[in-house]
Amino acid sequence: MFGFGILSALIALPLIGAVFVALIPGDSNASRSSARWAALITTLITFALSVYAYTLFNSTTAAFQLLEERSWFGSGLVYKLGVDGMSILFLLLTTFLMPFCILASWESISMRVKEYMIAFLVLECLLIGVFTALDTILFYLFFEGSLIPMFLIIGIWGGQRRVYASFKFFLYTLVGSLLMLLAVMAMYGVAGTTDITVLLKTAFPASMQKWLWLAFFASFAVKMPMWPVHTWLPDAHVEAPTAGSVILAGILLKMGGYGFVRFSLPMFPEASAYFAPLVFALSVIAIIYTSLVALVQTDMKKLIAYSSVAHMGFVTMGLFSMTEQGVQGAIFQMVSHGFVAGALFLCVGVVYDRLHTREIAAYGGIVERMPLYAVAFMILTMANVGLPGTSGFIGEFLTMMGTFQINSTVVLFAATGVIFSAAYALYLYRRVIFGVLEKASLRNLLDLSAREIALLAPLLGLTLYYGFHPGPILDGCAASVEALIRGYDAAISASHTASLALPIVH
Amino acid sequence: MTPLSVVLAHTLPELILAVGALLLLLLGAIRGKDSDGPMTELAVGVLGLAILSIVLGHKTALNLFDGSFIDDPFGRFMKVLVLIGSLVSLIMGQSYLAREKIDKFEYPILIVLSTLGMLMLISATGLIALYLGLELMSLALYVIAAFHRDNVRASEAGLKYFVLGALSSGMLLYGASLIYGFAGTVNFTGIASALHGEASLGVIFGLVFLTAGLAFKMSTVPFHMWTPDVYEGAPTPVTAFFASAPKLAAVAVTIRIMITAFPGIHTQWQQIIVFISILSMALGSFAAIGQTNIKRLMAYSSIGHMGFALVGLAANSPAGVQGVLAYMAIYLVMTLGTFAAILSMRIDGVYVEQISDLAGLARTRPAIAFFLAIMMFSLAGIPPLAGFFAKWYVFNAAIQAHLYPLAIIGVLMSTVAAYYYLRIVKVMYFDEPAPAFDRPSPTVAAVLAVTSLLILFLCVYPGAFVEATTVAAKSLF
Repeated sequence: MFGFGILSALIALPLIGAVFVALIPGDSNASRSSARWAALITTLITFALSVYAYTLFNSTTAAFQLLEERSWFGSGLVYKLGVDGMSILFLLLTTFLMPFCILASWESISMRVKEYMIAFLVLECLLIGVFTALDTILFYLFFEGSLIPMFLIIGIWGGQRRVYASFKFFLYTLVGSLLMLLAVMAMYGVAGTTDITVLLKTAFPASMQKWLWLAFFASFAVKMPMWPVHTWLPDAHVEAPTAGSVILAGILLKMGGYGFVRFSLPMFPEASAYFAPLVFALSVIAIIYTSLVALVQTDMKKLIAYSSVAHMGFVTMGLFSMTEQGVQGAIFQMVSHGFVAGALFLCVGVVYDRLHTREIAAYGGIVERMPLYAVAFMILTMANVGLPGTSGFIGEFLTMMGTFQINSTVVLFAATGVIFSAAYALYLYRRVIFGVLEKASLRNLLDLSAREIALLAPLLGLTLYYGFHPGPILDGCAASVEALIRGYDAAISASHTASLALPIVH
Repeated sequence: MTPLSVVLAHTLPELILAVGALLLLLLGAIRGKDSDGPMTELAVGVLGLAILSIVLGHKTALNLFDGSFIDDPFGRFMKVLVLIGSLVSLIMGQSYLAREKIDKFEYPILIVLSTLGMLMLISATGLIALYLGLELMSLALYVIAAFHRDNVRASEAGLKYFVLGALSSGMLLYGASLIYGFAGTVNFTGIASALHGEASLGVIFGLVFLTAGLAFKMSTVPFHMWTPDVYEGAPTPVTAFFASAPKLAAVAVTIRIMITAFPGIHTQWQQIIVFISILSMALGSFAAIGQTNIKRLMAYSSIGHMGFALVGLAANSPAGVQGVLAYMAIYLVMTLGTFAAILSMRIDGVYVEQISDLAGLARTRPAIAFFLAIMMFSLAGIPPLAGFFAKWYVFNAAIQAHLYPLAIIGVLMSTVAAYYYLRIVKVMYFDEPAPAFDRPSPTVAAVLAVTSLLILFLCVYPGAFVEATTVAAKSLF
């Protein structure tokens, strides 16, 4: 339509929904409920459209597909959209998780419902933009723009220390992104364009690559988040409303990993190889350190937040191994973590809605009152631990296998992290679900409602499904990952040849 | 010798303002009334006519009056911005002045006169013309600053501005005389051909003093001291005017003099500009954090923004100048919008200006809160709002000119600045409501809405705007 394609439609749909919600008059119960329904329907239509986009997508090639391009902003900048095997997965993850976020906020958000729904729809629009943009400035626009709705979501509908958390979230990520912006400008100076497809083919000088890599790393490491710049995440998670945590863990963190596979690895291969030991070290520290920190948490959400940091450590480790298993495993781990962490936060939301506390000590023995909930929580805990048969296993196993071929010491340490994760996850499960039901406040708990079952069932289903049948995700990104690694190896061997040839030239 | 008709055609905007101001003064004197009456509307008409004469007028560049005045695309672009700044601050200030009972008929006339000075300043290509324009602008501004003469703070602001302004004029004159002494001419082109290569100490001294005088008008560190006091003390419409038009004129003349008069010694002035820019960004960002008065906060914010704009000038390239022009245009829109929001801060007929008065505005006046939040995010430079593109252009120019440390310091400072802009959003959206504001006057509401929509939707159709800045910037080189 008007020369725009399906990806533009995907970006525009949530915005149209947001405008529609904004136009709903009044603040009565009826208008609140219509705001909820309008948001839910919008996100469902967006999901349906993204599934349709997926059917048009050909996963056997690494090329960018569903391309759209228009000139924009005079010189240099273009409005260019497209997806490849990696980005379409994240696109689907985004559109898939959004209806859950809306549903999760159905009853827990009763104040300023319209604004809330608008914030989520705008956020969805920006996130879809992040994963489909094929122009660095356009990417940056969406990447950075997503801070605004998230800032408002945490700050308006968050918990006690919401102001602190929202500021920390915003300023941390802003510093990182602005350094990335400078790197984008420097790349523009060399390549004369901000078109990602061209930049992917541009060979940047090795000395420049290191600086560019560091600038991008500043942004993605904060987003990911990697140790030691992860401290915003637990605060943001704890204070955010349930749906905010879901979107934060499910999608916002993936923007960092996506950034690595889209920019750092393919555009700066030599710098990536040079800095890989640094990334391995940070990843291993993240895995072990944050697992230990998770062990002593007294707040459920904070515990899951720290476990997210640990899981993201596997992702960065796998990505920088630059082996097929490692990168595929990392991408799989990100998608799987989207389901698992999202569902875990929903689980916390379920009991939080009933008791309005996230203190682990306030619970115990609720299996007696909530058997269904105990089952759901059990499956998710197992996925979080990485038990075979759940999607958590595939990702962790593949990243470790990929990295093992490069550096076995790193994997040795990372594998201990798996044990720690079992420790904190099971310990949490025991304290919340098992034990004696002796607290008076817990005696009248009701088990999952129909809405909550509808929320958790699909996520649980996918966790198990992809645990047994990881093919769809792995095959979907296989061609793109292969192309990524081929380009990387070619660049590395070219630079080796150059450095070997140097003395002769001299 | 240029025929008179051509001279008139190229100085038409200035002539309109000069004749208009005199006629308005006569009319005011004949009416014999103290009050404003139709004077503001007539002044707005004069300013609007001047804008039209630029937009519809000649598109060629021409140097007049023995090379001391130029009508070129760069000048026209900045003049339009300055005129818009004056016009809008005049329109939206009217109801404020009437309520505070200081709607004297001299006010619009003074605005027109100082705008005339700004146009002269922008078009000046000689040191004498520059000084004439600067003084015409400043003298009118001194009076306007103290326009609320029964108010102690306003009188203090006016006096402070006058004393410091006179000092800076002195410095500028001293610098100009040194440069004249060493170059032997007051024309920018003449100076450019006389000064190149290794600059002598005298020329450097002259350059420093000249820049100091201009930095005072731009309110950049270390000549910014007057800004917070004048911003806070002057009546809000006056502050809105101060924050918009005069700054644009000062930046325009700084660009013109650096690029056209001192291209041969650019390494010298680039150092000065980098220094001023870094200090302004740092002070503007850190000093604003502790402010409780929103006008004072905007003063520090404007100091910071001047620092950001000068990043583009420091690059000394067409792209850099284009960046500054785009920055100033977007800054103008953001400033006018923010001051429109400040002008709507009125509780039971009394104007308030504390940040805490904005508490919970999102619930009492959601539209104002939304528009002001857009302004704040844009001032912080968050995409996709226009403020981001302003920063993109200047920092991109700096990176292409290999000014990496400047760019890195700049982006770090803009993160610090983001903190206090966010704080205003936080007060409006996260805090419990304070007493609700009165309904804003229609003109103020209209200015707020239009500026916010411009900021929000610049990214949708930027073509014409980018084109205009490119043409304007190219004409200097």
